[in-house]
Amino acid sequence: MEVTTLHYLVVAAALFIIGTIGVLTRRNVVIILMSIELILNAVNLNLVAFSRLYGLQGQVFSIFVITDAAAEAAVGLGILIAFFRNKETINADEIDLLKW
Amino acid sequence: MQEFLSYLDSSLTPGEAGAFAWVVIYILAIFLAVSLAVVAMNWLERKILAHMQVRLGPMRVGPHGLLQPIADAIKLLIKEDIIPSGADKVVFWLAPIVIVITAFTTYIVIPFGPTKAVTDMNIGLLFMLGVASLGTLGIIMAGWASNSHYPLLGSLRSAAQLVSYEIAMGMAVVSAVLMTSLHTGTGTLSMIDIVRAQEAQQVWFAFKFFPLGLLAFFIFAVAMVAETNRAPFDLPEAESELTAGFHTEYSGFRWSLFFLAEYAAMIAVSSIAVTLWLGGWMRPFPHALSGPLWDTAFSFFPALTFLFLAGLAARATVRMPKHPAFRIQTIGLAGFGAVLGLIGLVLLLPPVRARVQDVYWFTAKVAVFMYLYIWYRGTFPRYRFDQLMKIGWKFMIPTGIAVLILTAAVGLIV
Amino acid sequence: MNPVATEFFFYGLSAVAIISGILVITRRNPVHSAIALIFTLLSLAGLYLMLYAPFVAGVQIILYVGGIMVLFLFVIMLVNIEQAQRVEQFNKQWHVGVAATLALGALLVYVYLKGQSVFPHRPLLFSEEQNTQQVGKMLYVDYLLPFEIASVLLLVAIVGAVVMAKKRI
Repeated sequence: MEVTTLHYLVVAAALFIIGTIGVLTRRNVVIILMSIELILNAVNLNLVAFSRLYGLQGQVFSIFVITDAAAEAAVGLGILIAFFRNKETINADEIDLLKW
Repeated sequence: MQEFLSYLDSSLTPGEAGAFAWVVIYILAIFLAVSLAVVAMNWLERKILAHMQVRLGPMRVGPHGLLQPIADAIKLLIKEDIIPSGADKVVFWLAPIVIVITAFTTYIVIPFGPTKAVTDMNIGLLFMLGVASLGTLGIIMAGWASNSHYPLLGSLRSAAQLVSYEIAMGMAVVSAVLMTSLHTGTGTLSMIDIVRAQEAQQVWFAFKFFPLGLLAFFIFAVAMVAETNRAPFDLPEAESELTAGFHTEYSGFRWSLFFLAEYAAMIAVSSIAVTLWLGGWMRPFPHALSGPLWDTAFSFFPALTFLFLAGLAARATVRMPKHPAFRIQTIGLAGFGAVLGLIGLVLLLPPVRARVQDVYWFTAKVAVFMYLYIWYRGTFPRYRFDQLMKIGWKFMIPTGIAVLILTAAVGLIV
Repeated sequence: MNPVATEFFFYGLSAVAIISGILVITRRNPVHSAIALIFTLLSLAGLYLMLYAPFVAGVQIILYVGGIMVLFLFVIMLVNIEQAQRVEQFNKQWHVGVAATLALGALLVYVYLKGQSVFPHRPLLFSEEQNTQQVGKMLYVDYLLPFEIASVLLLVAIVGAVVMAKKRI
């Protein structure tokens, strides 16, 4: 069977769903951040798969998405370290105070 | 068979030409050659370091300790393979494999000659730096999985060091890639095309836009020592503070995999430096000293090198003690010299001579870097960690950015 | 050169990507999750290569796997994961999350089934030899402003990360 664009879209959708489940169900902030990376990668796969049909814009945009993911990871992990230093926990549902 | 041999006249790398049998042959050849080089480096490093410190180095196993690496390998293989009880077994088992695979994967794009690379990729250089940076993951995994303080601290240091120096390295590399775009308008990341660009511009990039090329080369040459965790930047393995760093808990075969990967990575980054700045497979002065006469003269170098080594072996044979206890060793050394001399004589044959030219010059340039690595280790004291970070962030990266911008500006003007 | 054995590599790489993706969100130990995520990212790089996007594949390896994942592992080592491993891993409203996500998945499947006639069936032909050059040209000519904004974004991220993580500035 020939591998068409739809095949890639299905893989991307599966990764997106897995990532979303991870974000919505896990408590550990590190794993939530990793799930966000999964979601961004699913988006990237979609963009690159479509770039084969419509031109290189998709690839260029996926590079921007990777840049964005780097920025997000840096800031997110910075927040995580600051939070861990103050509260000694990395569970998302214990982050429920605006000030302490 | 005809089809199989017909590749030899091709002007493409086997990967591009689709000659898969040759791909396999090249991969095996590179693997064997690198493993042999690591064994040779093991012996040479001990010998050269010893002579720098006015010692003799290994002398017992074989004549002048020539069989020492083999004895070491056997010792490591039959040692007990310990996995600490508190270790994370899967990750502990995975880490050395990751490091070795990444160290050897980089070799598939290294051009030992115009057609002598496993394959030529459009993103060759990017691929190489990317795969080389995966080695960091192996180091972190090894340090974490050991579940012990020294490895963890060693791998944290190592990761911080590798990530910082990768930036400076990237800046230097980009300024060399910029130089490939001169005259043609489009630059390239393909390793073979980078050397071709130096051929077309008739200059090694280290000497282009003096002193910009030389500065970029210098930055890369320092960053690559830090990238491979070698002296004077070998803080992750600083014996006095961290015992053996991230591989403290490893023993036997797994430890030897780390050793193999370290030396393979050293050869790989040296190959990047040679490809980008020192003209890859080109012989010295291909344009200033051109013409068939010079070509013939330079084509004798590989044979002369091996004959010189054979001569050294002969001299050492003559100077061996004449005691009966040394008879077997003397015969062995004479045999070793005879093999070297035979290789030298084979290299004198005109068809062989023409085919090994490019590989010889590439290897010779890499060998200079390997010697430099040993020399650094014998010369420089180890840096403190804050000094290392200061050099990386406050000197190397700003200089790298300045060189990059100046290269771009000069490239626009010229 | 055309890719060989497309189906084999596609199904193999996708299987690795999805299985390690599931491992990412189910492992108790964050380091195991991170390693599984590395496998996902590498197999996605392989898929990009099959889609004639070698430059994106290279960027994926060097930035994602060599940069971001190293950062993740670094941070996991700094925080105390042993205590985090002992507590309950999933939050209390996980039923709702899974149900909502599966509904979203059903919607996606429906859209793909309905909309697959919309895409052109014949892929465009790119010259793979020039991919890096073409992407570079596009980044620096057509998308120069977004490119510069991305660099500002990275600067902001650096400053933000330093402010967040440093005890006293």
